[in-house]
Amino acid sequence: MKFLQYCINGISIGSIYAIIALGYTMVYGIGKMLNFAHGDIIMVGAYICYCVTNYMGLPPVVGILASMVVCTLLGIVIEGLAYKPLRGTPSLAVLITAIGVSYFLQNAAQLLWGSNPKSFTSVVSSIQPFHLFGSLTITGEVLVTVTASVVIMVALTWFTSKTRIGKSMRAVSEDRDAAQLMGINVNKTISITFAIGSALAAVAGVLMCSSIPVLQPTTGSMPGIRAFTAAVLGGIGSIPGAMLGGILLGIIETFAKAFLSTQFSDAIVFGVLILILLVKPAGLLGKQVQEKV
Amino acid sequence: MKKTLLNKNSRTNLITYLVVIVAFAVMQTLSSQGKLGSAVTGYLVPVCCYIVLAVSLNLLVGICGELSLGHAGFMGVGAFSGVILATMLKDSIPSPVLRLVLAMVFGGVLAGVLGFLIGIPVLRLQGDYLAIVTLAFGEIMKNLIGNMYVGMDDSGFRLVLATAKPKLIGKGHKWILSGAMGITGIKRISTFAVGFGLVLFTLFVVLNLINSKEGRAIKAVRDNRIAAQSVGINVTAFRMKAFVVSAFLAGMAGALYGLNFSSLDASKFNFNTSINILVFVVLGGMGNILGSVISATVLYILPEAMRGLRDYRMIIYAIVLILVMLFTWSPKVKEYTSVLADRCKRMFSHKKEAAVK
Amino acid sequence: MNNHYPKKTVQVPTFNTYRETDAGKPLVLDVRNLGIDFGGLTAVDSFNVSLGPTEICGLIGPNGAGKTTVFNLLTGVYQPTRGSVLVNGIDTKGMSASKVTKLGIARTFQNIRLFTDMTVLDNVKVGMHNQIKCAFLSSTLHLPSYYAAERKANQRAMELLDFMGLAELADQKAGSLPYGVQRRLEIVRALATNPSIILLDEPAAGMNPSETTELMHQIRRIRDTFHIAIFLIEHDMNLVMNVCETIAVLNYGRLIAKGTPEEIRQNPQVIEAYLGKEDA
Repeated sequence: MKFLQYCINGISIGSIYAIIALGYTMVYGIGKMLNFAHGDIIMVGAYICYCVTNYMGLPPVVGILASMVVCTLLGIVIEGLAYKPLRGTPSLAVLITAIGVSYFLQNAAQLLWGSNPKSFTSVVSSIQPFHLFGSLTITGEVLVTVTASVVIMVALTWFTSKTRIGKSMRAVSEDRDAAQLMGINVNKTISITFAIGSALAAVAGVLMCSSIPVLQPTTGSMPGIRAFTAAVLGGIGSIPGAMLGGILLGIIETFAKAFLSTQFSDAIVFGVLILILLVKPAGLLGKQVQEKV
Repeated sequence: MKKTLLNKNSRTNLITYLVVIVAFAVMQTLSSQGKLGSAVTGYLVPVCCYIVLAVSLNLLVGICGELSLGHAGFMGVGAFSGVILATMLKDSIPSPVLRLVLAMVFGGVLAGVLGFLIGIPVLRLQGDYLAIVTLAFGEIMKNLIGNMYVGMDDSGFRLVLATAKPKLIGKGHKWILSGAMGITGIKRISTFAVGFGLVLFTLFVVLNLINSKEGRAIKAVRDNRIAAQSVGINVTAFRMKAFVVSAFLAGMAGALYGLNFSSLDASKFNFNTSINILVFVVLGGMGNILGSVISATVLYILPEAMRGLRDYRMIIYAIVLILVMLFTWSPKVKEYTSVLADRCKRMFSHKKEAAVK
Repeated sequence: MNNHYPKKTVQVPTFNTYRETDAGKPLVLDVRNLGIDFGGLTAVDSFNVSLGPTEICGLIGPNGAGKTTVFNLLTGVYQPTRGSVLVNGIDTKGMSASKVTKLGIARTFQNIRLFTDMTVLDNVKVGMHNQIKCAFLSSTLHLPSYYAAERKANQRAMELLDFMGLAELADQKAGSLPYGVQRRLEIVRALATNPSIILLDEPAAGMNPSETTELMHQIRRIRDTFHIAIFLIEHDMNLVMNVCETIAVLNYGRLIAKGTPEEIRQNPQVIEAYLGKEDA
C-alpha cells in the first residue's frame, strides 16, 4: 500500500516536472536553444498568482489566468529582446544569454517581493483530500496536478498534429530553412512556441507551489534543472519524451527519498539518469540522428 | 611560409604570458608596500583560481567544442581533497608552501583520476547529452561530498558516506570533513605567489597543448569528426586527454581555493559556480586563452566591486551580461554598430575638412 | 530504393587480374563475401574484390548501388553483417575507423570533408598525425624533440602539397578554396597518412573535362610515385576506362561483373544495369 502511495506522489511531482519539461523540449526542438531561464518563469508565475490571490483577494482561478497571461507576455518579450537577435549564432551564446535572463528574473523578483519565503495558499484548497482503500491519501493538489498534465499532454499532441500552427511548429523543428521556403513565418512560430512554453510554466509554477507552499526567488531554479534533466532523459525535442521523462524522474526521486535516503536523493536521481543515457544515448524516446558519411 | 617564432599564434601567446607576469609584478609590489586595501588583497588568490578554472574549461569548451556543465565538481573534489591532505600533514610538514603545493598536486591528481573515470562513459555521448551528463556528475559529486565524513582516529584513516555523524574510536580525534558542515578551522596557507605560479603552469600546459600535434588533432576532431577518424585520429582518446587535463587543472585550482578560506562547504561547488565559469569562458572568447584570463579577472571582481550598489548589484550584472552577449554575438547589432561607426568617422572627417578650409 | 535482386543468378568471374609486377606479392586489400544489412534492407551482399599492391581498380554502378557503402565498410565506418575485410593481411573485424586507417587504408569522401577552418598545410599535417613521432609529454612541454618532429612534418607536408601543385596555397584557409582544389587537397591529406591503398570516392565530381584529364594523369602518377594501390568510385566513364586496370561493377549491392575495361565495356549485364533491357 505504501508502494502505491509513493507511486502516486511520484506521479504527482513527476507531472509538474513533465509540464516544465514540455516547455524546455518545445523551445529546444523548435527554437534550437536551451532556455535556462525557463525555471525562473515558473517562479514568476507563482508570484503573480500569489499577488493576485493575497494582495488583491481575487479567487484562485483568476490568479491562475493572470499568471498565465503575464508569463506568456513575459516569454514573448524575453524571446524578442534577448534571443531573437541571436538567431543563427552558436547555441552556447544563446545559452549564456539565457543565463543572464535567469539572473535578471531572480534578482528582479528579489527586488519586487523580497527574498523572504512567502507562504503560498494552494489553489485547490477547496478540494479536500480523499482516501482510497483506507490508507491511500490523494490530496486535491495531486488530483489537479495529474489531471492538468494529462489534459496538457493531450491538448499539445492534438495541437501539433491537427492545427496549422502546430504543424508549422513541427516543420520549423525539422528544417527551418525549408519551412521558410514553404511560406511559414518562422519568427511568429518561434514566438508562439515561447508563448505556449511560458504559459505552461505559469501553470507548473502555480501547481508546484500549491503542493510545496514555499515561494522565494530561487524556487524555480532546482525544478528547472530537474525538468531539463527530465526532458533530456525522455529525448530532448520529443513531446511524449518530456512527459515520460518527467513522470519517470518524479517516481525515481520519490522512491529514492523513501527507500534509500533523502540526503542522497540528488546523487541517486542523477545517477539513474546517467545509467539510462549510457544505454540509450539519445534519451528514451529520442532519435539518434545518423550522420551521412 | 611560417616562421615558428614570429607568427601570429606565438605573438598572442607571448602577450598572454607578459600580461600575467606584469599584472603579478604590479600587484605583488603594491601588496608588499601595503598599498592594497583588504578587499583587493582578498581577491588576489580567488582571481588566480578562477583564471585557472576558466582557462581549463576553455580547453574543453572552446578548443574541443564540448559543453561541460560540471566543472565546479572537479574544483570541489580538488578543494576538499587538498584541504584534507593539508590538514593531515599539518604536523609532519611544517613548511606552509610545501604543504600547499602538495595539496594542490594531490587535489589535481584526484580530480584528474575522477575525470578519467567519468570520461569513460561520458565521452561517448554527443552535444547536449554530454552537457547534461557533466551536469549530473557535478551534482552527484556535490551531493556525495556534502554527505561524506573524513577523519583520523585510532583505527587509522576513515572515510564514510553517512547521513548522520558516525562514531569515532579513541579520544581526542575528530572529523576533518563533517558531512554537510563541511570543513572548519582550516589553516589558510594559500599565497598570491603560488597562485601566480599555478596560473603560469596552466598557461604553459594549455597553450603548448593547443599549439602542438595534439592541439591540431583536437581542432580537427571539432571541425569534422568523421574526417578526423578517417586519417587515423582516435576521437575518444583525444577528448579523454583534454577532459583529464582540464579536470586536473581544475582540481589544483580548487585546492588553492580551499586553502584560502578558514571554512569550506560543498554547497559552494554547485551548478551556479559551473555556470559562472562557463560565462567567463564565453565572454572571453571561445578558444581565446588571453580572453579567458581577462574575463575571469574582470567578471570576478565586478560583482564584488559593485557591493556598494547592494540590492541592485546583481540585476545590473545580469543586464550587463545580456547586453554584452547581444553586442558581441548578434549579427544585426554588429551591423548596426558598424554602420554607426562609419557615420561617426565620416562626421569627423567632414569636421576636419571644414576646419582646414 | 527498390530492394529486390535480379531473378537470374549472376556468374561472377573468380579470377583477379594483377599487373605482371604484382604477381606473387601479397594482396593489399582482400574482401571476401562482404555484406551489410540495415535493419531489413540489404545494402551490400556477397561482395568480393582483391587488389594487389599497385593495382588501380575502379568501382562503378548506377546511383544507389551501394558503392560508398562498400567504401564505408572497407574503412571501418560501418561494421559488416557478413564477410571479412583484410587490409595488408589483417582482418579489420570489430576495429574502429581510426584503427582501420592505421592498417594502411586511406580515403577521400564523396561530399568533401576537409577541416575548413584550418589552413591547407594544417590539413595535411593532421593527416600526418600518426606519422609524426612525438610523445605526449614532449608535446605538452614543447621539448626540443617536439620542434624537430614539427620541422620534419612541415617539410614532408610541403613535399606532398608540391606533388599535387598546391604548395603556394599552404597558408590559405581550406574552406576558402575552389571546389576542384579542395578535392585535390583531400587526396593530399589521404596520402599524408602513408597508406598502402587509397580509396577515392568520386574524385572527378564537379570537374570540367580538362581538370578530369589532369586528374587521370595525377592518379597514375600517384601510383607510380608512391607505389600504392588505388580503388576508386567514379561515374565519369572516360576516366574509369582509361585509368583503371580492373573494374568492378555494383548493382543493387551486388557485384555483377569484374574484369578489364574491355571486358566490362562489352558485358551485357553491365549494359543492362546502366541502360536498361533492350526491347527485342
